[in-house]
Amino acid sequence: MKKQSNKTNLVKDEKLKATRTLIRNHKRKDLLFSMLGLVMVSLILLTLLTLFIDLVIDGYPKFTFDFFTSFPSRRAANAGILSAWVGSSLVLLITFLSAVPLGVAAGVYLEEYAPKNWFADLIEINVSNLAGVPSIIYGLLALGLFVYTFKLGHSILTAGLTLGLLMLPVVIVSTREAIRSIPVAIREAAYAVGATKWQVCLHHVIQYSFGGILTGVIIGMARAIGETAPIITIGALTFIAFLPPSPITPDFPFISFEWLQSGFTVLPIQMFNWLSRPDHAFHINAAATGAVIIVLTLLMNAFAIRLRYKIRKNIKW
Amino acid sequence: MATTQLKDPPISKRLAKNIRRNFIERLIEIILMMAALTAVFITLAIVYILTTEASTFFKDASIVEFLTGKEWSPLFENPHYGILPLVTGTLTTSLVALAIAIPFGTISAIYLSEFASHKTRETIKPILELIVGVPTVVFGYFALLFVTPLIQKMAPNLPTFNMLSAGIVMGVMIIPYIASVAEDAMRAVPMSMREGSYAMGATNFQTAIRVVTPAATSGIIAAYILGISRAVGETMVVAVAAGQQPNLTMNPMEGAATITTYIVQVAMGDLPYGSIGYQSIFAAGMVLLLMTLFFNILGHFTRKKFAERY
Repeated sequence: MKKQSNKTNLVKDEKLKATRTLIRNHKRKDLLFSMLGLVMVSLILLTLLTLFIDLVIDGYPKFTFDFFTSFPSRRAANAGILSAWVGSSLVLLITFLSAVPLGVAAGVYLEEYAPKNWFADLIEINVSNLAGVPSIIYGLLALGLFVYTFKLGHSILTAGLTLGLLMLPVVIVSTREAIRSIPVAIREAAYAVGATKWQVCLHHVIQYSFGGILTGVIIGMARAIGETAPIITIGALTFIAFLPPSPITPDFPFISFEWLQSGFTVLPIQMFNWLSRPDHAFHINAAATGAVIIVLTLLMNAFAIRLRYKIRKNIKW
Repeated sequence: MATTQLKDPPISKRLAKNIRRNFIERLIEIILMMAALTAVFITLAIVYILTTEASTFFKDASIVEFLTGKEWSPLFENPHYGILPLVTGTLTTSLVALAIAIPFGTISAIYLSEFASHKTRETIKPILELIVGVPTVVFGYFALLFVTPLIQKMAPNLPTFNMLSAGIVMGVMIIPYIASVAEDAMRAVPMSMREGSYAMGATNFQTAIRVVTPAATSGIIAAYILGISRAVGETMVVAVAAGQQPNLTMNPMEGAATITTYIVQVAMGDLPYGSIGYQSIFAAGMVLLLMTLFFNILGHFTRKKFAERY
């Protein structure tokens, strides 16, 4: 009797041992995969870091005051990005002025006004499709439409409007998301005291969704700074040794819109131009320009992400 | 009290329909609708511009030659209009990009969704988002002046302009995109399915691979397809690093122009309006748009059609 129980115990022990090994093996697999995941994610982050450090090291000799205040030049050592950063700022100004009002209006319409029927579906499908169209196609559209049909020329205005089109879906989507998070009760309260639909939208919906919209706008603008392909397609110049005419004039009416018609270059195109030259001295300029662009976009993105986080944390409906 | 009530107009009058107010409301609604309609207008304009310019192109070049010809040289004395070399260039760089982005993207997605702690995920995801924000021309610099010299140390025969390093860098670029769409799909799998799996004694790894991943397949495949669409339309990396010559090859160790490279290359030169070169970029753009549209629609339907209902 005693002997037999010993035997079953032994079998039990062995089974237990086998199960424990099995569990240990499975746990090891768990750990291994978890580590693989961590390694892969770190590799991606490491690549980003390498990219950034590589740019900064290569471009280091050009981080001087002169680089920002001189025009491009045939001699790499004297060349700077003055016309490029002025061009980028002016183009972005037009982009902002065209895309933001239009995008916010469209977002408000789709969320607050549009009837839920095929018409709203049509617009919605269009917006999501537009977000998937390659940016160079927008360049072709702008070349055919703005440059040759509306005769706006290869100008700052054309470039700004082109990037505006590109940014429009981003603004619409972020506006809609921000509006969607506002509870119905807010609208009902406003209606209850006699507000019209537009008053509800203007005084409540748009104001409460302001932070969310701003996040989307900043991310869209950060993308627009680095956008190269569509601007090349509309025929931006690559060698510009002048600034657009000043918007403020000494004579009446003191404001001039001539700069809208001016030829221009932007930071990424300047970088592409220097990058496609065989002379290595120009590659240093390209690296420095790249570092400038990347710092700008990273700062803007980081600000937007931080803003989104803060909004999420602070709003308690 | 009584006097103030007398001064105000009667309530019925105050609540009567205010024509001016209604008119303004209506006007604003119409203005907002016009803004929303610009999205439709842009789509129509893209289709209109591309078809009209491409149709004038096809007056000079036959469609059969365009689709089957093996040589693309519209700007030469003796022009050939075969789009195939540009298409192979586009596909090769995209395939290299996918070969990098699919394993990295999928494993990162599984890791972030199933293994990483809340804190790790909240730190890593914004950084991945930052990669999406890095301008593509900067990635082009990285491909040409960092990755190519690095690979050349291992394979000295590699030409300066090659599709391999352009594809690899493009892959890095689309990893965050694939990872975030795939992760969304995995997070949408209901917790009860994981709990069921744990209750049967499955480990984290077994649950992730045999329960969550199969349940999220449609979303993961949609992520791949959207990644392809993105790679096909990518311009600056290939324009900088993959070379400018149309080349009918699928060998990533060679250089070749893609559809987007060709458009950039022509647009950089000074082409007169209405010339055959000018029209050819619209024909090439049309092919590109159709390719991305195909992948976008495919991705959309994969996600919709095979989406499991729990």
